[in-house]
Amino acid sequence: MLNVENLHVEVGGKEVIHGVNLQIPEGETHILMGPNGSGKTTLLRSIMGFSNYTITEGRVIFRGHDVTELPLYERARYGMGMMFQRPPTISGLKLGKLLEVMSGKSPAKAFEYAETMNMSAFLERDLNANFSGGEIKRSEVLQLLVQQPDFVMLDEPESGVDLENIALIGKAIARLVDKDRHIVNRKKSGLIITHTGFIMDYLEADAGHMLCNGEIRCRGNPREILKVIQEKGYQECMECVKL
Amino acid sequence: MRKAVEGFDDLSPEDKERLEQSGMVLSSENRCGSFFQSDQDVRHTSCTYEGIEMLPTAEALKKYDWLKDYYWNLVDKDKDEYTRYVADHEPRGYTIIAKKGSKNIFPLQTCLFMATDDIQTVHNIIIAEEGAELHLITGCVSSHSVGHGSHYGITEFYVGKDALISTTMIHTWGEDVTVVPRSASRVEENGTFLSNYISMKPVKRVQMYPEARLTGENSVARFSSIVLAPKGSELDLGQRAILEAKGTSAELLSRVITRGGTVITRAHIIGGAEETRGHIECKGLILEDGIIHAIPEIEGRLTNTSLSHEAAVGKIARDEIEYLMARGLNEEEATATIIRGFLDVKIQGLPESLQRQIDAAIDAAEKGF
Repeated sequence: MLNVENLHVEVGGKEVIHGVNLQIPEGETHILMGPNGSGKTTLLRSIMGFSNYTITEGRVIFRGHDVTELPLYERARYGMGMMFQRPPTISGLKLGKLLEVMSGKSPAKAFEYAETMNMSAFLERDLNANFSGGEIKRSEVLQLLVQQPDFVMLDEPESGVDLENIALIGKAIARLVDKDRHIVNRKKSGLIITHTGFIMDYLEADAGHMLCNGEIRCRGNPREILKVIQEKGYQECMECVKL
Repeated sequence: MRKAVEGFDDLSPEDKERLEQSGMVLSSENRCGSFFQSDQDVRHTSCTYEGIEMLPTAEALKKYDWLKDYYWNLVDKDKDEYTRYVADHEPRGYTIIAKKGSKNIFPLQTCLFMATDDIQTVHNIIIAEEGAELHLITGCVSSHSVGHGSHYGITEFYVGKDALISTTMIHTWGEDVTVVPRSASRVEENGTFLSNYISMKPVKRVQMYPEARLTGENSVARFSSIVLAPKGSELDLGQRAILEAKGTSAELLSRVITRGGTVITRAHIIGGAEETRGHIECKGLILEDGIIHAIPEIEGRLTNTSLSHEAAVGKIARDEIEYLMARGLNEEEATATIIRGFLDVKIQGLPESLQRQIDAAIDAAEKGF
């Protein structure tokens, strides 16, 4: 599904990602961990194609095509999606209106999803204006359910969410990445940034990657990586970077 | 019974379209009355709702002697050269009297149409008696064939005790037309005055500063302006509310976009009585180099008044555009969606049909964003 090759990314003239390689096969969901400031969000935003993230070297191959030069919206139309950690507030633009624009001629399904995500009461609200942490995440997941990307990147989906909402969001994300389907039928893939690993209570991740100082230092079983971090903190990772 | 509006049929298809863009329903369906003035010629006046009387102002002044107390009462005829010009001419325009307790579910429509290069004058008087609720939509339109021209309009609104007037004015002028409205309103106890102004088409110059005097306790005024200024257009738009009685409140709101034109958005609230509240919100988007000059003024004159304002002028934030692009919208679609949202002002107290008309006027202009 996704193949990131030797990716180098500059932000504001400074290199932040130093030669990342990452493969996510079809039907798999991977976890991305790493200390604050290690470049996790930058990596996601570069893969998605946001401006201000300049790829100076390397390639992003998506569904077999080099999308490194493709504009953001074309990557989205080609099947990439992203859940924002802190999405902007868009004054005047109603959540329902955005869903209508996104869903084109079939908005009915969008409103069904809104019901599922407990967001029906927010359709007439300005996008993200005065939304609580949980409401922002529910709104993000709702938009992704409407968008139905083949590959979804989620930036800390559980941060700022209470326990009740985390179950709702976790189950919806599992559906987004086909984790509700039998393993042989899974077509969708995901990459999830998490600090706590709570999201793994709702979906079994296939692999984990540890990003430190803009480099992927280790890969493996995500629960094992998380366990090491929980026991020893990121110190061991930092030591590893020095090697 | 519904009546065809005399004069509408004589218009060219282009002009009919311009009227429709200004909220005029040519068949007068879902309208409780229509008024049509072409240049200085009053072509049609009808009102099917028995609690409401609409007639040409010249006729109204002859019919009702008492009306002279409402004529040039709120607007000073010596205010400036434009008011003096209108005062020096035979009165045109319309007078509407909503009788005590009347309520029109379907709005009245009035159309001021400029067919030739000339000066059009109107003097409108709108009265809502005690407990009446009156909804009015006015389309101010020049023919597509008009080159130069000027429109001078006087409007005096009288909102009685417990009454409501909503007035929605949609401008569709030409790029060499100068428009100088002079309007004022007086709102009595528990009365509500809603004034909505939409201008999405080119115009040479508009200069106006409508004023609402809230003289009755707990009365309310809300002004909303939605404006798109293409290159070459110059709009100097003000809104003023004077809170003269206890418990009165006002909200002055404007959404302005420039595509190379100049817009001055003035707003002024004077808090001059106990327990008064007022808020000004001016928001401007600069899509192409032009000028948006927001001048919000709040003037408190005693301790127990609460006034506030917020003003913001700038371009659309890049992160907002990219957020929508990540959902699959291209840059133009994302920009248009954000602008449409920016202009999406829902006006409390306005009938659904009029809100739809406002939305339609903005939708029609969407390709010009």
